[in-house]
Amino acid sequence: MESKLSHYLNRYRKEGCLALVLLFVAFWTILFSRNTEASGFLQSLIESRFLSLRNLENLSRQVGMYGIFSLGMGLVIISGGIDLSVGSLMALFGTVFFFLLTGSHAWIPGIPWVPAIIVLLAFSAIVGVFHGWLIARIRMPAFVVTLCGLLGYRGLAQTMTHDTAIGYYDAKFGIVGLEKLLTGEILGLPAAFIAFLFVSAVVYYLLHLSVFGRYLLALGRNEQAASYSGINTRVIMGLAYVICSILAAISALFFALYTADVVPSIHGNFYELYAIAGAVLGGCSLRGGEGTVIGIILGTTVLLVLQNMVNLLGYDSSFSKVITALVILGGVLVDRFEIWKLVTRTRSNTA
Amino acid sequence: MPLLHLKKISKSFGPVQALDQVELEVEKGEVLGLIGENGAGKSTLMNILGGMFAPSAGQILLDGSSVSIHDAKAAERLGISFVHQELNLLDNIDIAGNIFLGREPTRLGCIDQKRLHDLSRPLLENLGLSIDPFTSVALLTNGQKQLVEIAKALSIDAKILILDEPTSSLTLQETDTLLKLVKKLRQQGMAIIFISHRLAEIEAIADRVIALRDGKNAGWLGHDEINRNAMISIMIGRELDEVYPKTKPPVEDVVLSVRDFSTRRWPNGRATFEIKSGEILGMAGLVGAGRSELAQGLFGVDDSPAGLVEIESQSIPRGDVGRCIANGVFLAPEDRKSSGLVLEMTIRENMTLNSMKRFTRYLRIDFASERENAEVWLREFGIKAPSSEQVVGNLSGGNQQKVVLAKWMTLKPKVMIFDEPTRGIDMGAREEIYKAIAKLTESGCAILMISSDMEELLGMSHRIAVMREGGIAGILDKEAFSEEAIMQLAVREDLATSS
Repeated sequence: MESKLSHYLNRYRKEGCLALVLLFVAFWTILFSRNTEASGFLQSLIESRFLSLRNLENLSRQVGMYGIFSLGMGLVIISGGIDLSVGSLMALFGTVFFFLLTGSHAWIPGIPWVPAIIVLLAFSAIVGVFHGWLIARIRMPAFVVTLCGLLGYRGLAQTMTHDTAIGYYDAKFGIVGLEKLLTGEILGLPAAFIAFLFVSAVVYYLLHLSVFGRYLLALGRNEQAASYSGINTRVIMGLAYVICSILAAISALFFALYTADVVPSIHGNFYELYAIAGAVLGGCSLRGGEGTVIGIILGTTVLLVLQNMVNLLGYDSSFSKVITALVILGGVLVDRFEIWKLVTRTRSNTA
Repeated sequence: MPLLHLKKISKSFGPVQALDQVELEVEKGEVLGLIGENGAGKSTLMNILGGMFAPSAGQILLDGSSVSIHDAKAAERLGISFVHQELNLLDNIDIAGNIFLGREPTRLGCIDQKRLHDLSRPLLENLGLSIDPFTSVALLTNGQKQLVEIAKALSIDAKILILDEPTSSLTLQETDTLLKLVKKLRQQGMAIIFISHRLAEIEAIADRVIALRDGKNAGWLGHDEINRNAMISIMIGRELDEVYPKTKPPVEDVVLSVRDFSTRRWPNGRATFEIKSGEILGMAGLVGAGRSELAQGLFGVDDSPAGLVEIESQSIPRGDVGRCIANGVFLAPEDRKSSGLVLEMTIRENMTLNSMKRFTRYLRIDFASERENAEVWLREFGIKAPSSEQVVGNLSGGNQQKVVLAKWMTLKPKVMIFDEPTRGIDMGAREEIYKAIAKLTESGCAILMISSDMEELLGMSHRIAVMREGGIAGILDKEAFSEEAIMQLAVREDLATSS
């Protein structure tokens, strides 16, 4: 019994630590955003602004939108690579999607929203295959390839819109269904969050239960040993970029509808860095071969709840970046020095 | 009184006792041959002397007084110089810069190139190396690099010189030069500890031989007692015949046929050979002869410019690992840690990495049958691990190699290529690996065993092919087996006779 417990403690130590941090930040925010006029302390906590329906809904939508592309980034990081182009891709995807709806660009015909989504997803898959081909087949460094993406895709989006905003209200065909699908609610939960739960389940299956995941972890750790085992490492590595790109497109759909106007110069700015931060905080190693879905989700959520705390408690928003930086640094530091071992050691001493 | 006396040195790494009360003495002007199997503790002992490790117990006496050597610098100050097995020179710096790396003479804060040159030249000349000290190291041959390493070692006014496998990457001629140099240094009064697997060298040069076995003193031989058989029997503690399992003569059916096969390293080399069912073909050759490249080419992880490979008369394409695996051609690579295993993964995961299809249903991994598979092999090979969930990186070299073996045995090999199957593995585990290889022959598997360990080649093989410059220089039948015959084929005749 004891050994089983310590086995799980050890196996999920990172996730456990993160969950504790998450609880701490959430409780802190609840405590300081409590309703001081409520009768009784407990009641004041329940009526805190953090736990208000509006805040929770907003927070879950954010977790959903950020979580989807962070999971894709997580897979790429586990493969031992990196994708710096995610934020710019989201600007490009949002722009292209709105052009598809409105048909206001000379080269892009206006079509109904269902085929528009399909076209966009296909486009994102092609972009992913392109990245994967350059990185896994041509053997260009992922950093360089996606850095070019970071510059190029946003630039492309800005060029297409002549550096102005683009909306979707003058869509050629009906968009009621689209709005319902992307900004609506299901069972009281934002659609983005539902989509995120679904994506999480799929990625969990891929990473932790399927052969693809085993191969991805193996090649992230030791590509040579993986290829000596007969694994087609190029295909597996390339697939990571394809999945990352498709998830960025799904997320981009939600963001585009959420903001209603896509301004390519700022839309999705730095999102790739949030995704990397979330994944690293969640226990992914930039050397590859390490990471879990639960960790990535927790890492992303912690960053968003921190942001939420800063907003709700009226802390200086510039300072929030410092807090975020310190949390990531601290999280990786704890892992680096294996501080949880102190805990398990004292446990086994007392046992 | 001996110049150096290591007294009851012990060293343990965690639970592993690497050295147990080892004694070693060396005199001024003496060449001491230090021999022992892989993992016997030679390197650990020398690393203690070189200041890399601190001993857990024991004493180091230099000129009769006790000294402590806590780092490499301290060893240097005491006049102990260590030439490591692998070359440690920087290719992007010239010879003189390498010799005085970290101790450069300076003038006004800049490196004094002229003094550097003047200090290096006599050192190189003493070693018979007439090359300008400002030559880039990248232009040197392995033999010349080895000499530069020795020049570097001597540049600190060494009294004791440790040479760890100094000839392992040298040609015969270069080896000859090196042995002459060692004799010259002995005349100059240097105490030399010479570690080598090549017993002929030890026989030619050592004044005394000390053998280690399993971290303990296994015995020693005086000058007149040094001969091959005596060294082997104190090294392994019994006669050679008992180590290598008997195998039946092979069946006549040819399993693997290779014709005019070349590799990227040796595009003009043409390797042609056949292996029969149940046959072990040993593959000998010098370092750089292209043996590992051949193995990687046959397995398809490396491209091959030309050649024909047939398995049971069916030709298979070159450079396609997937097809090789599908046809039952497997490789246990030379470098277990970087190519054979994913060290951070568990035993269970490593054992199925090449055969996932058998352990999946609709892309979903069947963890239970994976575990079952791992446990069967853990028992079969007696792999010492608490469970199949153990991370492979924590296992000993021998147990790691058994995991590699198990990984491929799951798929029933037709042709199994072993590249240095027992490198860095202790005697006990080696015997078990030999047994596993012998057992494979019984199932009709054809085995290609690449090895730099002569004893192993001579003891295990049915025939031995010798490689040179990417081609097969000759194939020896059992009656013709001898170390000399192999070396003669491995070295180009014109080079061997020219010196």
